[in-house]
Amino acid sequence: MDKEKILSIKDLHITFNSYAGNIHAIRGLNLDLHRGETIAIVGESGSGKSVTMKAAMGIMNENAKVTSGTINFTYYRGNEKVKVDILKLSKKELQKHINGKRIAMIFQDPLTALNPTMKIGAQILEGMILHEKISKKEARKRALELLELVGITDADKRIDNYPYQLSGGMKQRVCIAIALACKPDLLICDEPTTALDVTIQAKILELIKDLQKKLNISVIFITHDLGVVAKVADTVAVMYAGKIIEKGTVEEIFFDPKHPYTWGLLSAMPDLDTRDEWLYTIPGSPPDLSAEIKGDAFAPRNAYALAIDKIEEPPMFKVSDTHYAATWPLHEYAPRINMPMELRRRIDRMLKEAEDYGIQKTSFRG
Amino acid sequence: MESKKPLLEVKNLKQHFFINDNYTVKAVNGVSFNIYPGETYGLVGESGSGKSTIGRSIIRLYKPTEGSISFDGIDISDKLTDSENKYLRSNMQMIFQDPMTSLQPRSTVLDIIAEGLDIHHLYKNREERAEKVYKVLEKVGLSKKHANRYPHEFSGGQRQRIGIARALIMNPKLIIADEAISALDVSIQAQIINLLKSIQQETNTALLFIAHDLSMVKYISQRIGVLHLGYLVETGTTEEIFSNPIHPYTKSLLSAIPRPNPLLEKNRISMDYDYKTSGIDYSKGINQNVGGSHFVLATDEELKKWTTNSSN
Repeated sequence: MDKEKILSIKDLHITFNSYAGNIHAIRGLNLDLHRGETIAIVGESGSGKSVTMKAAMGIMNENAKVTSGTINFTYYRGNEKVKVDILKLSKKELQKHINGKRIAMIFQDPLTALNPTMKIGAQILEGMILHEKISKKEARKRALELLELVGITDADKRIDNYPYQLSGGMKQRVCIAIALACKPDLLICDEPTTALDVTIQAKILELIKDLQKKLNISVIFITHDLGVVAKVADTVAVMYAGKIIEKGTVEEIFFDPKHPYTWGLLSAMPDLDTRDEWLYTIPGSPPDLSAEIKGDAFAPRNAYALAIDKIEEPPMFKVSDTHYAATWPLHEYAPRINMPMELRRRIDRMLKEAEDYGIQKTSFRG
Repeated sequence: MESKKPLLEVKNLKQHFFINDNYTVKAVNGVSFNIYPGETYGLVGESGSGKSTIGRSIIRLYKPTEGSISFDGIDISDKLTDSENKYLRSNMQMIFQDPMTSLQPRSTVLDIIAEGLDIHHLYKNREERAEKVYKVLEKVGLSKKHANRYPHEFSGGQRQRIGIARALIMNPKLIIADEAISALDVSIQAQIINLLKSIQQETNTALLFIAHDLSMVKYISQRIGVLHLGYLVETGTTEEIFSNPIHPYTKSLLSAIPRPNPLLEKNRISMDYDYKTSGIDYSKGINQNVGGSHFVLATDEELKKWTTNSSN
């Protein structure tokens, strides 16, 4: 990879101090993101997806504490290349150089993300005037361009609307315009389409994808919807109990998954051809992160668990240059475990479906 | 299928909300469909299409503006007598979208689930009441030890199970599930869907499944109705709708479903559909049979245009 690393998270540990004791929400997370890349982070609620991204923006809750790790972010100030550790910056420095300017975020619910008492134009201008010190007139001109860019018709009329006058999909488009106002290097989308309808969801995803290509920004998608992942992501990172347990290109994760948890996630979602009498579900529930976890956190729910899973935590095993998974069966001495038959059949079906549409089949067959 | 007597017959249902002299919200405009005993009918459409309103009109949270609803042979669209009301309230139940806000936070699970029993006086003593609750808790995959806890002590999926238990304890003939799984994680969604299916097999309860996630609707429903702007634009068996969609709105809706297949999904662009520019006037359309139980709302010309287009 000769591509430039824009974000590099190393061995991140985050603990929440709550009345029920210390909750170890992030337990040694590593993640690299390159310029122009789209990564999707998937996992159940409580797996730590949003916490990680809030840490990357330096907007963590009061009771959260980073116990170790670094988050290095690389950007250009003029022509000078600057590398900072976000965790070491003061709030003031963050607000001046990072938040909204170089890292922007789109939230799940566009209604609560917008200020109901301000016209949407003013909300788009806010960041530009603050960060780029341009005149109001010029900023307004750019805001109009942005609104057109995100596909809002009659932008010159809409710019003076209040959020309540817009539909849900349009509100999310406005949120995207706000996020893009200062030409960020990194866009974090926290479940951007969960609150939207299917038809609008598809449009918003196509929009983000399109903008990403046009502006060459890096995008992090946080989601639990695998359909969304398939549509937008280049790389996928699967999170479980505060750790990334498998990462790879989107094809590797969908067609050659290695971790039993990834198998479960892929199996649980019905596609349009699912005719099985019962949907597959992952048994049990996520581990209690306030207690110490011994061995593999997924072991109690894993039908394929080996004896060692209960004793020692698996390291990241390399499957290919881009594909890594933390599960013991990948060890050279481990017995070979194949993915469940139903999943195998589904993957074959997906490959065949792609073939029927005349799309070049990739080289691997699992 | 047709020979069976429908459990629920909705005929030309209209639900308008009067705002002021100049403005009336026409949420539902002449919708007709049937639900047979033991089947699952899926109602899909975007927000604002009237899905939830139909559910609420059927269970009589609203008084229908026009049209008739008959449930188990009883007309429930007009003023209800006491006995009709009692029958309706115990035989039709609802499961809501957000399991947190639909459970009373200050009651124990036992009291929440037993509320229906309390109202209809369906037990002789406290032991019998508790026994009934324990039984239904068991059925939804919870246990006796959960009965004395409060809703906030449960996870989202467990709360939804409590909501289902509350509906089930009355042995309803019809359950209306209004976006019952939308607020849950993918793997939990699968658990709840499996639970609903197994309950249905056991008790032969009919289910009106309101949702916007089409792949789930396809999986659980035998028949589907597609709603748009208060009109039922297309209805038929799941097979008919998915393999031969006729109405352009249905087509655009189906094209928007995200498929968990990156090879396909990267290259696919969803179809556009804009009612304003499409030149279709829903109010002019009539329900046209296009084979089997497959109906499309269209004028004669429109139907001709759509069917010839699709065969090309």
